Amino acid sequence: MSAPNKSYDPVEVEALKPEEIERLRDEALAAFAAATDLDALHEAKVAHMGDRSPLALANREIGALPPAAKAEAGKRVGAARGGVNKAFAARKVELEAERDARVLVEEAVDVTLPYDRAPRGGRHPLTTFAERLMDVFTAMGYSVAEGPEVEAEWLNFDALNMGPDHPARSTQDTFFLKDADSVVLRTHTSGVQIRSLLAAAEPPVYVICPGRVFRSDELDATHTPVFNQVELLAVDEGLTMADLKGTLDHMVESLFGEGISTRLRPNYFPFTEPSAEMDMVCFVCRGESVGNPDRPCRTCSSEGWIELGGCGMVNPRVLVACGIDPNKYSGFAFGFGIERMLMFRHNVEDMRDIVEGDVRFTLPFGMEI
Amino acid sequence: MRVPLSWLREYVDLPAGETGRDIQAKLIRAGLEVEGVEQLGADLKGPLVVGHVLAIEELTEFKKPIRYCQVDVGDANGTGEPQNIVCGARNFAVGDKVVVVLPGAVLPGPFPIAARQTYGKTSEGMICSARELGMGDDHDGIIVLPPEYEPGTDAIELLELVDEVLDIAVTADRGYCLSLRGVARETAIAFDLPLRDPALIDVPPANSYGPLVKVEDQAGCDRFVARSVVGVDPAAKSPIWMQRRIQKAGMRPISLAVDITNYVMLEMGQPLHAYDRHRIDGAITVRRANAGEKLRTLDGVERTLDAEDLLICDNAGPIGIAGVMGGAGTEIADPVVDPETGEVTGTSEIVIEAAHFAPVSIARSARRHKLPSEAAKRFERGVDPEATKAAAQRAVDLLVLVAGGTAEAGVTDIVAPHPVHSISIAADLPDRVAGQEYGRETVVRRLQEVGCTVVGSDVLVVTPPTWRPDLTDPNDLCEEVIRLEGYENLPSTLPDVPAGRGLTEAQRLRRRIGVALASSGQVEVQNYPFIGEAVLDALGIEAGDPRRETVKIANPISHEEPSLRTTLLPGLLGALHRNVGRGTTDVALFELGRVFRVDGTAETLYHAPRLPVDRRPTGDEIAQLDAALPRQPYRVGAVFAGHRDPQGWWGKPQAWTWADAVEAARTVADAAGVSLTVRQDQHTPWHPGRCAALYVGEQLVGHAGELHPRVVKSLNLPERTCAMELDLDLLTAGGAVKAEGPKISTFPVATQDVALIVDDAVKAADVEAALRAGAGSLLESLRLFDVYRGESVGEGRKSLAYALRFRAADRTLTADEASAARESAVAEAATRVGATLRG
Ligand SMILES: [Zn+2]
Repeated sequence: MSAPNKSYDPVEVEALKPEEIERLRDEALAAFAAATDLDALHEAKVAHMGDRSPLALANREIGALPPAAKAEAGKRVGAARGGVNKAFAARKVELEAERDARVLVEEAVDVTLPYDRAPRGGRHPLTTFAERLMDVFTAMGYSVAEGPEVEAEWLNFDALNMGPDHPARSTQDTFFLKDADSVVLRTHTSGVQIRSLLAAAEPPVYVICPGRVFRSDELDATHTPVFNQVELLAVDEGLTMADLKGTLDHMVESLFGEGISTRLRPNYFPFTEPSAEMDMVCFVCRGESVGNPDRPCRTCSSEGWIELGGCGMVNPRVLVACGIDPNKYSGFAFGFGIERMLMFRHNVEDMRDIVEGDVRFTLPFGMEI
Repeated sequence: MRVPLSWLREYVDLPAGETGRDIQAKLIRAGLEVEGVEQLGADLKGPLVVGHVLAIEELTEFKKPIRYCQVDVGDANGTGEPQNIVCGARNFAVGDKVVVVLPGAVLPGPFPIAARQTYGKTSEGMICSARELGMGDDHDGIIVLPPEYEPGTDAIELLELVDEVLDIAVTADRGYCLSLRGVARETAIAFDLPLRDPALIDVPPANSYGPLVKVEDQAGCDRFVARSVVGVDPAAKSPIWMQRRIQKAGMRPISLAVDITNYVMLEMGQPLHAYDRHRIDGAITVRRANAGEKLRTLDGVERTLDAEDLLICDNAGPIGIAGVMGGAGTEIADPVVDPETGEVTGTSEIVIEAAHFAPVSIARSARRHKLPSEAAKRFERGVDPEATKAAAQRAVDLLVLVAGGTAEAGVTDIVAPHPVHSISIAADLPDRVAGQEYGRETVVRRLQEVGCTVVGSDVLVVTPPTWRPDLTDPNDLCEEVIRLEGYENLPSTLPDVPAGRGLTEAQRLRRRIGVALASSGQVEVQNYPFIGEAVLDALGIEAGDPRRETVKIANPISHEEPSLRTTLLPGLLGALHRNVGRGTTDVALFELGRVFRVDGTAETLYHAPRLPVDRRPTGDEIAQLDAALPRQPYRVGAVFAGHRDPQGWWGKPQAWTWADAVEAARTVADAAGVSLTVRQDQHTPWHPGRCAALYVGEQLVGHAGELHPRVVKSLNLPERTCAMELDLDLLTAGGAVKAEGPKISTFPVATQDVALIVDDAVKAADVEAALRAGAGSLLESLRLFDVYRGESVGEGRKSLAYALRFRAADRTLTADEASAARESAVAEAATRVGATLRG
């Protein structure tokens, strides 16, 4: 077989000598390593990888070689250029990472700067507290009933077994309208209970009545002529005082935590019979402050109990006034003031703070309570 | 009612170890509101003894006269020698018996006593006043004892200084507990002990020769007992024990006759009245007043009587308002001491009245004359008519015992016939009311314990005792059983409440509005609804404006604010002013609440019918009740002052502006699911150039904008205060627009900007409406991103720059399509508002 053209010796082309190729490659690698930033690296790239770089020029020489030498020289130059490319890429990654790290350091800010820019709003705790109560009772199946704040006396008093001579119907307790017959600012939300009974064709009626009520007291640390009340009314077949007690227990557990219960003490209200005053176990000391002067409790004055309000079985006379047969149906009702509950639940010391609308009072209560 | 334990024990043999606290706990459980137990003399320590004043030396060299006394205290000081005591009081003389506290003792305070140097003398103790001994606050004078006590006698026991007193708030239904007799009865039941009823005393039968009495109004007075006592010693004083009991019960000892009537009232609950017989002219008559008749009452006030007042009269006219207060003319005379002979003259013949009056009549008279006397308090709540005779007898006995009188044999007792009231109840009704099984036997026993007569088996016929007029209905009897069995023993169960539907749409909406406004930086307030003319004047609301037609309160808290609000703004601006005044200068407030409007209400306004309560009112009657009420629509309002975005490291501050007020209205409308149309308007109290009228469709629902500078000034508000107010009822009248699930196109959006030059007077809302109409269905959204006024657009003109976004549901729009839509939009704007494209 005939040998390839051996008239040229690749070794004879100076630029393609293996030692020379190796040297050019090492120079490039050294230049890349010496580049300390991306600009320097770019210069080194142009010098060692550009069209006019020694290796590129060497590459061009390959064409002049005899065919037999081309392959070997091409392989050698290709390997050298590959190594250079690789070294460049690796160095570039290194330097980019360095640059990025530097930029991020330079871009750092003081994230503790205050940003009290958006105005802060909030809802009044009287509103959110009433909502919370409504949620407890709507979850049980009750509906929320509302009614007018200026109310007919028949609905505010008479139908509730508070006859014309009842002491609450005096100007000391009740706001009357000028030049009006039998119209008052409601003294409780009980008129809404009556309206609910009148609106229902027949019991069952299970309603909770939140709302603003009015009594002619001067504003001071513990009184306000305008306050909020929540009343509850349940009328159905076979309702008992035990049901009343259970409902109260459920409410205070929902609002004040597991294990808080109520107690009833006999009292008198015209619209309920039997009537009771309701107390709840103090949710702060749970009674442990009683007779324990070392651990006094401000919330309950170390009584162990907190007075909530009045309750009882709906007086059958009230049912009669609403056209409901008291022999078939019975009911229970209770009512209490939201302000008072808010005061002891959240340690509010002065009623005036609740009514004056100072935003510093309202904001800490946020959107729910 | 204040009940001294020492007195209570007279009627119930309470175990010696039972403290006031124990009794309090038991009585509370039985339904008596025992508010506290006062510990009298708890820190008191003797020696405290009777002293006999032997000599008094007047020391005059000091600013006030001082006495240096020698007082015999028997052997109490261990020496038997007189005790030397310096004293500043002057209401005693040599020979008087006084109360002396010796060194080593401790008076209430606590206030330890020691011998001390004072006014140049050594004072070995003190001569005591009632106040110093904790007996009462009413006077500072030295106690002068009756002469019969031996010097050295222990005064702590003599004056009963150590005791416990129950303080009971008696509810309206338990009048009988305004007496020792009643509280003793409850105590006896609570401790299961027998009661010694003070009303069970011997009383001679009525006869015809007692004091003359005519009862002309038997409805007002169904019982009148009168007795007389003669030969009463006008100089006699109330014994110490009686004074002390009266004091501990919270009343003041006054004079023997008055003290005796008060004592018997406290003991038995029966108010009594004592008359000087010589001052009564003829028969005692009970009748209603003639309108305009006059009476000077015991308190010295001349009162004009009302035809409804029930009176006690004699031939000369009224001598008392029955059951409320006696007249000055017939009261027991103060004893007069003749300075020469020392003889005491005064009332010697006394007529005692023990009557029973209709509670309502007494209550009305007491209220009418503002005389909430102890007697009226009891009559109002119900007094035992059968106790009248015993009470009169007790008073007579005491006058005989302590005043040396002689009881006359005449006994007047006028009784109006009245039916016996009994109540039928099923024997198991208390069980069904309580939700707990007591059983017939327990029910009967408990009812008998409170004094009822009970007959029957399955159905009980119960006759309440005469002292319990409050027991009228079956449920009243249930309460007696349940309370005595213990409310604390009731089980705790839950009823089967039918499934509910949660809150109504209106209720949910108010929550959403509250959350939305609060989230946008406003703080909720709840203002009083009271307003006055002044704030309406300051707001510039003129006569004839419906907001001037207010609902007026007859008895307002403040006469400056006698009306109910017709708008939320006065309250909101008041709260704003308060916040700013307290240093919160950047503030945004909102309120949700009712206003009270009489515009558009009928002639029946304020005239509610008085309906019966023995049946359901008819539909017509309910409508009449409602027709008497003013309209009370729900509103939402907001006010803004200061900065919405304060100055900070991020840049310059931004004030709250009219636009935020309008935006708050939009926030509310969004929450309600309705769309709000804004139109330029002029409406008090807003700035005439910065007032937006807010519409839903063609219905005006409210206003928003900046307040009129004059209003800002007259209400002393921060400059450029802004406000918004919406009628929620009107806003939601048409119902919310139900959201339709939108079809989302994923084809690319084509954005085109356009700047239009229009006349300055042209409203942005009109330009926008024109662009929308012209752009057609390809327009996805449109946004005004710049408003420019300047030379390049010309005087009196402005440039409005809009970004229009076009998109089709089914294809990618070509540039030509988007441009065509834009040109059509511009053309429409040119037609409608004369807009020209900015070059
Ligand atoms: Zn506590």
